Amino acid sequence: MAEENKAEALKGGEFLIKETNPETVFIPEDINEEQKLMADTVREFVEKEIMPRLDAIDKQEPGLTTSLLEKAGETGLLSTSIPEEYGGIGQDFNTNTIIAMEMGPSHSFGVSYAAHTGIGTLPILYYGTEEQKQKYLPKLATGELKSAYCLTEPTSGSDALSAKTTAKLSDDGKYYILNGQKMWITNGGFADILITFAQVDGDKFTAFIIPTDSEGFTRGEEENKLGIKGSSTRALFLDNVKVPKENVLGEIGKGHYIAFNILNIGRFKLGAMTTGGAKRFISVAVQYANERKQFGKTIGSFGAIKHKLAEMAIRTFVSEAAILRTSGLINQRVEELKAQGESYSSALIKAAEEYAIESSIMKVFGSEMLDYVVDEVVQVHGGYGYSEEYPAARAYRDSRINRIFEGTNEINRLLVVDMLVKRSMKGRLDLMTPAMGIQKELLSIPSFGEEPEGLLAKEMEAVRKAKKAALMVAGSAVQKFMQKLGEQQEIIMNITDMVIEIFAAESAILRTLKFANKNGEAAAKYFVDMTKVYVSEALEKINLYGKHAVSAFAEGDELKVLLLGLKRFTKFDPVNVIKLRREVADKMLEENKYCF
Amino acid sequence: MKIAVCVSHVPDTATRIKVGDDGKTIDQTGVTYVVNPYDEFAIEEALKTKEALGGEVVAISLGGDQNKETIRKALAMGVDSGVLLKDDSQRDSLSVAKALAEEIKAQGAEIVFFGKQSVDYDNSIVGQLTAELLGYNSVTVAVSLKIEGDKVVAEREIEGGKEVVETTLPVVITAQKGLNEPRYASLKGIMAAKRKTIEEKPAAEFESKVEVIRMKKPPEKAPGKIVGTDASAAAELVRLLREEAKVI
Ligand SMILES: Cc1cc2nc3c(=O)[nH]c(=O)nc-3n(C[C@H](O)[C@H](O)[C@H](O)COP(=O)(O)OP(=O)(O)OC[C@H]3O[C@@H](n4cnc5c(N)ncnc54)[C@H](O)[C@@H]3O)c2cc1C
Repeated sequence: MAEENKAEALKGGEFLIKETNPETVFIPEDINEEQKLMADTVREFVEKEIMPRLDAIDKQEPGLTTSLLEKAGETGLLSTSIPEEYGGIGQDFNTNTIIAMEMGPSHSFGVSYAAHTGIGTLPILYYGTEEQKQKYLPKLATGELKSAYCLTEPTSGSDALSAKTTAKLSDDGKYYILNGQKMWITNGGFADILITFAQVDGDKFTAFIIPTDSEGFTRGEEENKLGIKGSSTRALFLDNVKVPKENVLGEIGKGHYIAFNILNIGRFKLGAMTTGGAKRFISVAVQYANERKQFGKTIGSFGAIKHKLAEMAIRTFVSEAAILRTSGLINQRVEELKAQGESYSSALIKAAEEYAIESSIMKVFGSEMLDYVVDEVVQVHGGYGYSEEYPAARAYRDSRINRIFEGTNEINRLLVVDMLVKRSMKGRLDLMTPAMGIQKELLSIPSFGEEPEGLLAKEMEAVRKAKKAALMVAGSAVQKFMQKLGEQQEIIMNITDMVIEIFAAESAILRTLKFANKNGEAAAKYFVDMTKVYVSEALEKINLYGKHAVSAFAEGDELKVLLLGLKRFTKFDPVNVIKLRREVADKMLEENKYCF
Repeated sequence: MKIAVCVSHVPDTATRIKVGDDGKTIDQTGVTYVVNPYDEFAIEEALKTKEALGGEVVAISLGGDQNKETIRKALAMGVDSGVLLKDDSQRDSLSVAKALAEEIKAQGAEIVFFGKQSVDYDNSIVGQLTAELLGYNSVTVAVSLKIEGDKVVAEREIEGGKEVVETTLPVVITAQKGLNEPRYASLKGIMAAKRKTIEEKPAAEFESKVEVIRMKKPPEKAPGKIVGTDASAAAELVRLLREEAKVI
C-alpha cells in the first residue's frame, strides 16, 4: 500500500463522517500468493478431515474432535496468531481473517476451533506473563493442550460482569480458592485449561487460568443443543478449586478488560467465519438448483429461485467486502503500532479496540446474513432441504447460534450506538460538528446539483447522504433523551441498523470500485450489479428505520422537518433490481457455484 | 540421491470449461488452476522417498509464469527447490518430454516421479516418453513403491487387478491415486517455501508434431431413466439393457 494511502486510514467509527478512498480498502483480490496457499491448506483440511466426518462429529464420537484439533495443530492451523517465539507461526491480522473465513463452513468443528484458538488462547497471548506464555502457548499451538473460555454463568449471560463465581486468597497467600458455576462452556467436555473469570473480594472481576485436573473441578453433562451438536458445551463446577496465585491472568480487578477486548476480536472473527460459511452453502444451493427438475425444467430457471440465489450472493458479497475492509483497517493499525514500538499483543488489543464498532457491526451483519442464506438454502432444496440426507439441514441449524454467542445481536446493536456516543462525548470521534451542519442544512433549501457521473457515483452519493440521515436521527435522539437515550432501546436499534446498512453498502461500493479500477468495468460487471441492488435496498431500509425512530420521539413541525430531511437524504431512483438479480443468478448457475 | 518430480498446472476439475473464440484453446476467463491432482501423489511419493533414502527433491514444471504457483505448492509441501522451464506456447507431449528429459539429465536425477496423467489433455504419455528419452526404466500407474538399493519393486494397477513389477534404478514412476495420501502443505511449510528458490529458464525448443485443430465439448449425456423401484422392474431393466443399451 502506498504511503499516501496509509495516511488516509480512518479511525474506528469514522466511516460515518468521512469518506474512504477505494484504493485503501483490502479486497479479496489483494490476497497474496502465500495467503492463498494458506487458504488452500485450510480448505483442504476442511474438505478432507471435517466434511467426511460431520455425522461422527455431531454424534460427539469420543476423542474425535480432540484428535482433529491435534491434526489441525500439526498442520499449523492452531498457531497462526501465536508468535514464533511461543511456538507459533505469527501471521498478520489479514492472514488470520482469511484463515477464519476458510474455517467458516466447518460446522461444529469450526466452533471448537474458534473457541480454542480465539477466546481460549488469546487471553494468555495478550495478557499473560512471560512465564504463562512460555508455559501454555507452545502447547496450545500444537493442540497438546485444549482450552475453553468461561465467562457465562447461570445467572449472568449478557450481564457478564455480574458473575457470582468467587476467588479467595488462601491464608498463606499462595493460592486462590475458586467457587462457582460456569454455563454453556464450549470445549467444556475436554478442555485441559480454562480461562475463567471470578470475583476477588466480592467485586474485583479477575481472570484466572485453571487446569482442569485441579481438585474440586467437575464437568456437567453435554447440553442437548439445537445445532452445532458436535461442539462440546457444558456447565462446569468449581468447588473449592485451588490454583496457585501465579495463575491469575492480568491484574486483579481488571478482568473486564480481558473479557471485552477478547470479545472484540471474537466478534470480528465470527463475521469472517459466517461469511466463509455462506459462500460454500450458496454453492450447494446453486448446484441443487441446476440439478433438480420440476415442470420439465431445472428449478434454477424459475425467477423465484433466481431471486433467492442472487439475494444470498449479494448479501454474502457485501459481507465479504465489509469484513475484509475491517480486517484491512485493523491490520494496518496493528502494523503502525508495532512500527511505533508497541509489542505485538498490545498493538493487537489497541487496534481491535479502535475498530470495536466495526467488529460489532460485522458480528451482527455476518450472523444475520448467514441465517438468511441457510434459510434460503433449505428453501431451494424444498423437502430435501428438510432431510438429513442433504447438507442444507445441518447448515440451517448450525447457523443459529451465531446470533447468540459472542454477545447477542441485541447487545451488539446497543453497543454500536453506545460506543459512538461515548467516543463523541470524549472527543475521540467528532460526530457533533457534522451533526450540527446537518441541522443547518435541514433548514436551508436543498440544492439541485448535477447528477454525479461515473461508475457507482450515484450510489456513492447516496451513501454520503445516508450518513447524514443517520447523523440527523442519532443527533436529534441524543438531544431529546440526553443521558437517558439508553432507555430507548428500540430507537437505538433503529439507529444501529441505519449505521450497519451504511457500513455495508459503502463497503460494497469500495470493493467494486477498487476491483474495477484495476480490472476494468467489464470485469466488474457482476460486482456492479450486486452493489446496485444492495445500495438501492439499503436506502429504503435506512429510510424506514429512520422513520420508525423519529416518529417515536418527535412531533408536529419538528417531526415534519425530520421526515423531510430523511426523504431528502435517502432519495434514490428505483433500480431494476429484478433484472440485476437475474443476471447475478444466471452467472452462478452457469458457473455452478458462488463465483464472486 | 537426486529425486525429480515433474508437475503440471491444470484447470481445477470443478471449473466449467468453455472453448475459446479461436476454437482451439480454452477460454481462460474465470478458470482457476491447481496442481494436477495425480502430481500430488507424485510429490508425496518423492518426499517419502527422500525421507527413506535421503537426498534432495527438485520439482520441474514446463509452462508459463503461472506454473510457479504449482511449483510453490510443491515447495510448501516439502520439495527442496524448483525449476520452471518457461514456455507460453502449446506444445505436444513429445516436445514436453524432450525438454523435461534434458532438464532431468542436467539435474542428474535418478528417480523421477510423474502423475500418471495430466487432467487437462489426458494424454497419459509424458512420463513414459521421458523415461524412453532418458533410457530409464519406467513403471506406470503405480499404486505402491519400494526402493532398496538399486532395486525397485512396485505394484501397478491393471484391468481388474494389480501387477507386481521389479526393476532397477534409474527409474521413472508415474503415480496413480492410492499410491499414498498426499500431505497438506503445512502453514510452516508454506512460510519455509518463501525462502526456497525457483530457477527460471527458457524450455529447450523442440518441434511439435501434433497440432490442435479444433476443440469441442463432449455431447450432452442423455438423461438417465428410472425403470421402477422394486424387483418387478428387473425384467424391463434387462430388456432395456439388452435391446436399447445393447450392453448385455
Ligand atoms: C452453544 C453455546 C456456546 C457458548 N459458548 C460459550 C463459551 O465458550 N464461553 C462463555 O463464556 N459463554 C458461552 N456461551 C454463552 C453465551 O455467550 C450466552 O448465552 C450469551 O451471552 C447470552 O447470555 P444468556 O444466554 O444468559 O442470555 P440472556 O442474557 O439472558 O439474554 C436473553 C435475551 O435477552 C436479551 N437481553 C439481555 N440483556 C439485554 C439488554 N440489556 N437489553 C436488551 N436485551 C437484552 C438478549 O439479547 C437475549 O435475546 C455459549 C452459549 C451457547 C448457546
